[in-house]
Formats: sequence, C-alpha cells, structure tokens
Amino acid sequence: MQKPLNSASKYGTPQALSDPRWLRYAAIGITLVIIGLFLVLPLVTVLIEAFAKGWSAYAKALTQKDALAAMRLTLLVAAITVPLTTVFGVSAAWLIARFDFPGKNLLITLIDLPFSVSPVIAGLIYVLIFGAQGWLGPWLSAHDIKIIFAVPGIVLATLFVTFPFVARELIPLMQEIGHEEEEAALSLGASGWQTFFKVTLPNIKWGLLYGVLLCNARAMGEFGAVSVVSGHIRGLTNTLPLHVEVSYNEYNFVAAFASASLLAGLAVFTLIFKTLLEWKQAGKG
Amino acid sequence: MSIVLSNISKQFGAFKALDSISLDIAEGELVALLGPSGCGKTTLLRIIAGLEQADSGEVHLQGDNVTQQPVKNRQIGFVFQHYALFRHMTVFDNIAFGLRVKPRKERLSETVIHKKVHDLLNLVQLDWLHDRFPEQLSGGQRQRIALARALAVEPSVLLLDEPFGALDASVRKDLRLWLRHLHHELNVTSIFVTHDQEEAMEVASQIVVLNHGRIEQKGSPSQIYDRPANDFVSRFIGHTNIFDLAHDDAGWLKTLGLVATNPNDRIAHVRPHHIIVEKPTSAEAPTIVLQDWQHLGATIRLELNPDGRKAPESTIYAEMPNDRFHELALNRGDRVAMKVKQAHWFSVTA
Repeated sequence: MQKPLNSASKYGTPQALSDPRWLRYAAIGITLVIIGLFLVLPLVTVLIEAFAKGWSAYAKALTQKDALAAMRLTLLVAAITVPLTTVFGVSAAWLIARFDFPGKNLLITLIDLPFSVSPVIAGLIYVLIFGAQGWLGPWLSAHDIKIIFAVPGIVLATLFVTFPFVARELIPLMQEIGHEEEEAALSLGASGWQTFFKVTLPNIKWGLLYGVLLCNARAMGEFGAVSVVSGHIRGLTNTLPLHVEVSYNEYNFVAAFASASLLAGLAVFTLIFKTLLEWKQAGKG
Repeated sequence: MSIVLSNISKQFGAFKALDSISLDIAEGELVALLGPSGCGKTTLLRIIAGLEQADSGEVHLQGDNVTQQPVKNRQIGFVFQHYALFRHMTVFDNIAFGLRVKPRKERLSETVIHKKVHDLLNLVQLDWLHDRFPEQLSGGQRQRIALARALAVEPSVLLLDEPFGALDASVRKDLRLWLRHLHHELNVTSIFVTHDQEEAMEVASQIVVLNHGRIEQKGSPSQIYDRPANDFVSRFIGHTNIFDLAHDDAGWLKTLGLVATNPNDRIAHVRPHHIIVEKPTSAEAPTIVLQDWQHLGATIRLELNPDGRKAPESTIYAEMPNDRFHELALNRGDRVAMKVKQAHWFSVTA
C-alpha cells in the first residue's frame, strides 16, 4: 500500500497548494457560526415558540378558523399562479430560445422586471390601477367587481412577483439544448404538440420542475406585494404570511409561530427537493 | 422520388444565401451538394426538407409542389449534422419515434414496430445497442442510428447534412463506403451536403458544386473532375497547378506543351498527374529543378521549381506512380524535363 505523502494528499490536494490548517478551521468555523446564528437559530426559535404551550395549543392554533382560511387562500393563490407562471414561462422561454425577433431583448428585460422592483411597489401599482381611487376604480365599482382587498388582487400581485421564476430557469436551458431534436421530431412526422410533449418537455423537465418549485415557494411565502393589496381581512384575504403578522401583532405568539412553522416547513421541503432536482439535473444533463 | 427546384432564393438580412437556384434531381440519385462553408448548401438542404422557407421559388417532390407544405407532410428523412438523437430515449425508442407518432389509424401495432426497429438496427449493424442511450454511443454509432431513425418512416427522399463532418478520419472512410452501399440497396433518392470534395467524389453519383449561393456546375464526379465548367470548380475539386499568361511567359509555357487554343483563354489549370516528369534529354530543355517530394502512398508528389526560382508560389506540383519514380531514380536538386499532358484553360472571370 502506498503511504500518503502528507495529511492533505488523501483529499487530493497537495499540502503546498492548500491553506494553513488554522486558516481553514477558522474559515469553516466562521461560516458555521454565521449559518447557525442567522439561519438555524431562527428556525429553531420558530419551532420552540410554536410548541411553547405544548402540542395541543399548536394544533389548536393551526385548526382555528382564521388559520385554516389563511391556508386555504394560500393554497388557492399558489394553485392559480403557479400554473399560469409555468405556461407563461415555458412559452416565453421557447420564444426567446428559438426565434430572433425585434424587441427580444426588451422582452427579456421585462421578464426580469419583477426581480428588480420592490414587491411593495408591485402591490402599490395594482392599488393605483384597480384601487377605489385608481384609474379603473370607478369603472370596477360601477360593475361591482372587487380586485383590491380581495382574492383577485392577491392573485395579481403574486403573479407579478413570481412571473420570472420559470422563464428565467428555462431560457438558458433551452438555448443550450438547441432546436435540432425538435426539428428531427418534426421531420419524422410528429405534430407540434407531439414534439413538445415527447421531445421538448422531457428535455427540460428537471429545469422546469426546479423553476416551478421556486415559483411555488415564492407564491406561498410572498408578503410585501400581497400585504399592500390584501387589506388584511381576517378569514377572507389573509394568506399565511399575513396571518403570521396579524397574529404576532396581536401578541398571539403561538398562533403566529405555528403558522410560521408551516412556512418554515415549506422552505425546508423546498430546499431538500431543490437539492434533489439539482442532483438529478447534473446527473441526467 | 424526383426533386425539382426552381428559382430558389433565400436572404438572411443583407446576406444572399441562395441566389435563384434551379436544380433537377432524378429518382434514385445520390447527390452531393458540395461547396465551401457559407455557400448556401445547408440552407438549400433545409429548404428541400421544409425546415427553412425560401423567400421565393418552388420545391417539387415527385411532381407535387410542396413549397407551402410543412416538413411533416414531405415524406423526407433528415439526418442532422450532430445527429439530433433524442437524448432521453433509448436507441430503440429513437428509431421507433417516427412510427409511434403516426395518427392512430396509420399506426402499426407495437409488435410490427418492434420487428421493424430491429430490422433497421440490423441494417445498420447495431442491434446490440438497442437499449443504450445516445450519450453512451460513439460518433459513428450515433450517425448510423440517426440514419436508421430517418429510414424508419420510409422516406421518399433522404437528406443528410454533413453526414461525416463530426467523425474521425478512419470512421469517416468506412461510413462513406457503407452509405454508398446502403443507397445502392435501398435506392432512395438522397442528397447530402459536404465541403469535402474527396467525400463527394467517393460517395455521390451526381455532384452539385455551389459557391456564393449559386450552382457552379452539376454533373457526375468524372464530369466535374475532368471537365470543370469554370476555374472555381477546377480549383475546388482536387489539386491543380495554375499558370497565368499575365505572369508566365507564353513562350516558356509553350515549351512545356501549354498552348492556349482560344484567344480569350488566359489561365491554365493543370492537375498534378497531368504533368509528366522525365530525365532531361537535351541541353535546351527548360531548366526545372526537382526540389523535394512526398510519399502519398501509391503516388509520389514532386515539388518542381522552374528556372531554379525559390519563390514558393512558383512551385509546380506533379504526381506519378511510386514505381515510376523509383525507375527514374531522381535526387533532390536534379534537373528534370517536364511536359504537360492536359490542361483546362479558362478566360479571366471578373
């Protein structure tokens, strides 16, 4: 058996190329402390506070009428926005990756807009357009259509915020994969839809799932934009993040942290699933 | 299926890719579209396939005007330069794809498809790879699978874009012959695009030489080689020595046996094997020095330097069989006598 030349060589890095041991441990230590202090500790606090008064109080906080309504609304908003964002994302990415047309760069910039605009501003835009004092306000109230301080407003605000997630994920992926396989499918007699479902979609599925996952996490967790347009009507227009805030402001800590623990759970699930997807994507290409 | 193209033009921005191309291809031919890169050959192939739309002109397949038909209605098989195999499907599923996407009424039963795919795999001699994924195959194997996939739908026309472009030299040689034999066996009208004149000469029954979006010449390999229509074709197909009356003395060329027959002729192209090199018989023969030579296998290429000039552009290349060269027993620096057996004269093209 060959003896390792030095302690570092079994990790594949010769001693001469690696940093001194104290520096490595210090760097690792600092990273761990920061992660622990700012990421793990809050998460643990959420759980401790949620269970501060025991299991039954936790369960009760989550099954109370307003909490259930908030969960239902959050799921409803995600169920509407995620498919819409997915359809938009796939079509936009397909357009951008496949064709050259005037205004293509403008479209890419527009898709990125929600990333650069503060969510609160996004919410305000909708209030300015659809609110009682907004451009379309009088017309909407004349026709008895409620958008602001109602579910449609929340959906619109969430759509705005989650718009880029799928498209941004797919554009580079589809550009890299190229057009040839689709052309091959067409030349073999496949229709446009057959080509999409049998060739395009299988090639982008991991990237697509990744985008959908991030989009879903954002749709369920969005606070700023939704807060502006929701009006915080209990049991009607409170999503889970808003329910957390309202409960906390009312010193109802168990209710606030119980709901927060659900959102934290969603985040952890998203992270695990995301890692799995990244692993899949790297493996399958 | 016969292919008739009339006045096909295509422009990409300010670049004229194809300039009013008209071409007739008879049924059962194996045609090479040959030209330097950027000459429009791939664009022309894609227009025949329907993957690209011509700005003007018409495409007729077997007498039907298919100019407005989408690719799926044209009954063509297309083999892409980088194969474009479906990366998430096995070799078997790749080949079966075209059979499985047919409308339910025309679709064969899964057992018939199974048999057909294995027949095709046997045809390309790769049946043992049926459950592999494309990324597990070598370039040559991918190429043959791509071909099998295109043949599965029984196309009336087979179109191949640079079919050997991405392969190793030795694999390329094998596949060329194999494609020729396959074409002989199936007799499906085929067009392939190449920039390699040797490949075109070796595989095709007809060669179409393209340059700057125009057809320079169409003909059999021997027609193209022995009777090039213009100096571009002559230079593009095989090696050639160029003599120009503007630079070279007519009297001196006459002593080599190069005499223009037409008053417009100015440039003479001479193939290396049309130059005969002998030992000098008389002292008056023009001084030509054997500078160097290279073994090309069965033939020897001689570098000849007229008047002992050293400029590389004045070097004349001649080729002769190996044994003939040994008979002559020449050494570097020897004076030799040289005669031109045959030349192609061209007038100056603007």
